[in-house]
Amino acid sequence: MDSIEGSPVLSQTAAGLLKTSPEQRRGSRTRSVRVALAPLAESVIIQGGVALLSLIIFGIFLVVAAGQNPLSVYADMWKGSYGTRFSQSASLAKAAPLMLTALCTALPARLGMIVIGNEGALLLGGLMGVAVARILGPGMPWVTIPAMLLFGGIAGGVWIAIAGGLRQFRGVNETISTLLLYYVALAIFNFTVEDLMRDPTSLNKPSTIPIGEANMIGAIPHLPSWCPEMHWGLVIGIVVCAAMYVLMDHTTFGFAARIVGGNVKAARLQGLPITMIVLTTCMLAGAAAGMAGVIEMAVAEGKANASLNAGLGFAGILVAFVARQNPLAIVPVALLFGGITASGGLVQRHYDLPDATVKVFTGILFLVVLASEMFVGRIKWLQYKEGEG
Amino acid sequence: MNPVDAANGLAPAVGLSPVAAVFFALVGGAISLSTPYLFVSLGECLTERSGRVNLGLEGTMILGAVSSYAVAYRVATASVALTWLAPWLGVFVAGLVGVAMGWLHAYLCGKERVNHIAVGIALMVFGVGLAIYFGKPYIQPKAPHLPALALGDWSSHEAIRSAFKINALFIVGLIVAPLLAWALTNTRWGMILRMAGESSDAARALGYSVNRVRMLATCAGGFLAGIGGSFLSLYNPGIWAEGLSRGQGLMAVALVIFARWNPLYCLLASLMFGAAEALGPALQNAGLSRGYQLYAAVPAAVTLIIMIATCTTKRSLAGAPAELSVN
Repeated sequence: MDSIEGSPVLSQTAAGLLKTSPEQRRGSRTRSVRVALAPLAESVIIQGGVALLSLIIFGIFLVVAAGQNPLSVYADMWKGSYGTRFSQSASLAKAAPLMLTALCTALPARLGMIVIGNEGALLLGGLMGVAVARILGPGMPWVTIPAMLLFGGIAGGVWIAIAGGLRQFRGVNETISTLLLYYVALAIFNFTVEDLMRDPTSLNKPSTIPIGEANMIGAIPHLPSWCPEMHWGLVIGIVVCAAMYVLMDHTTFGFAARIVGGNVKAARLQGLPITMIVLTTCMLAGAAAGMAGVIEMAVAEGKANASLNAGLGFAGILVAFVARQNPLAIVPVALLFGGITASGGLVQRHYDLPDATVKVFTGILFLVVLASEMFVGRIKWLQYKEGEG
Repeated sequence: MNPVDAANGLAPAVGLSPVAAVFFALVGGAISLSTPYLFVSLGECLTERSGRVNLGLEGTMILGAVSSYAVAYRVATASVALTWLAPWLGVFVAGLVGVAMGWLHAYLCGKERVNHIAVGIALMVFGVGLAIYFGKPYIQPKAPHLPALALGDWSSHEAIRSAFKINALFIVGLIVAPLLAWALTNTRWGMILRMAGESSDAARALGYSVNRVRMLATCAGGFLAGIGGSFLSLYNPGIWAEGLSRGQGLMAVALVIFARWNPLYCLLASLMFGAAEALGPALQNAGLSRGYQLYAAVPAAVTLIIMIATCTTKRSLAGAPAELSVN
């Protein structure tokens, strides 16, 4: 059996590319409008249904388990996520690393690979960032910060590329190998944080030596007054997502990658360099997660410690699936989940609810979104049947 | 030090040579720390033999841990006479919670286009969130623990006595593993389950609903995983705290591959994984001052090496169910 084949979700992409829609050309005007708007209408209906159903389920949870009025909790969740300038900047800060870890799943998905070891690449990227900052010192942050991102990206990229190589050369399933590599990365991370690069003054919570105030990724200066405070990590996240969208959807490389994901035999017959494509894509994917690690480390604490291993990578997997593996769609999805996460504190303070309350909501939302996949292409009156009319 | 680490502390090895101390710590790890691995891997094994991977067992375990702790605590405080029964009721409820989580996984995965890897990760996030939410009031109170057989009382060494303290769930696991292995090969149910995992077409041709078989297998797997979680809160470390489950549910997927989808090998692999978990702290106790953190990666690294050595691009792992998409 070929190493990359049978990806039920993704094999349709390539087929969809080649399919022409003759009915659009020869059909009546109303029908062609209907056909053109059907995908949009479908996604609006499904997304709206998802949002409504999640809110209803979570509302029932709030009434039954917490005895709270769901509407007032929702109002506060809005206030705590994007309702005020202060909360906006917190939400944006949470969203930035999510965009990058989501790419770690979304890019290989184009090849029909399901990568779930995002967290491992993130941890190694964060460590590498600390190491680079230690070597270069505090003197020249304009060199150090790009170098931290570059080498952090390389560390994460190599980690996921290992899984790509194992898949290509040994047929090892990438889902399992990236999961195992995460545990290896976690052990390396703990060893480095608690021993190799430990700051001797960090007693209760072992941390690496700080990278120094100068090397931290700071807020963007000179923003207009209506604008919430943002740090450069958000810009990096959006730019990388946009660049990956262009690469995957508007270049020959991306087209070749989709052919590999759609039908590896066709790709081989075309003489496409499959191994190169797999390794490059995995490298880019891991690099995104590695940079997420650098950003999370250099924005929040300025040193690597257990806070870096907080599930950003696993959340990224779900963001990628919710965004249907589309790099551009990752940006709004990450902003949404960043906002939900950021609202946790306010909900906790106002209602005396555990801070895990919004985690429950996140879980419900993810499950409902994944379940909504079953309705894609199944809403009858939106489907145009060939030979109809 | 976080509460889980504090409760996990090894018995002091006073009066033993370092080698003996490490040895008995490993034996103790193989007996005690292996128990959650054993239950969760048997559950995963059952699910995977029916042709589906459940990556959400991490969430199932932690939800099992909190529900069993809550039930044991509530029952024990309601009636002192029932204190002996309370942890067992907790174990049972944890299993039922696992069935509910398994049902959710199987229901969603039974639908077209729904990705079972993503559903597993989402269930992990959901389960952990729910567990932390409902666990808040149980961080302080103490629930009665599961009983254990003290087989090491002949020794005057604390380290040996604690190594040979055999918990009741481990004994249950020792019975369940061969029972499952037998049932999979020798009973009608076992054959139907394996058929769904090896060839869904054959199962359909014989009139069995593949979805239904997988749903039952996932629910049964969830039951076992929930019990595995109850061990964490009711025996070792025997408390409820955030971060109680440290990836045992996710590692179960690797463990099942390591055990080649055989329940008996799951038992052996769990013993090994349990011993490996005790290795780092044991070496640290014995005076190894550096590098013990790296031993935590031993099970994952060994599994990866085995996969690299035995996989080829031409065929997947020996013993893997043919319908399994992750092999």
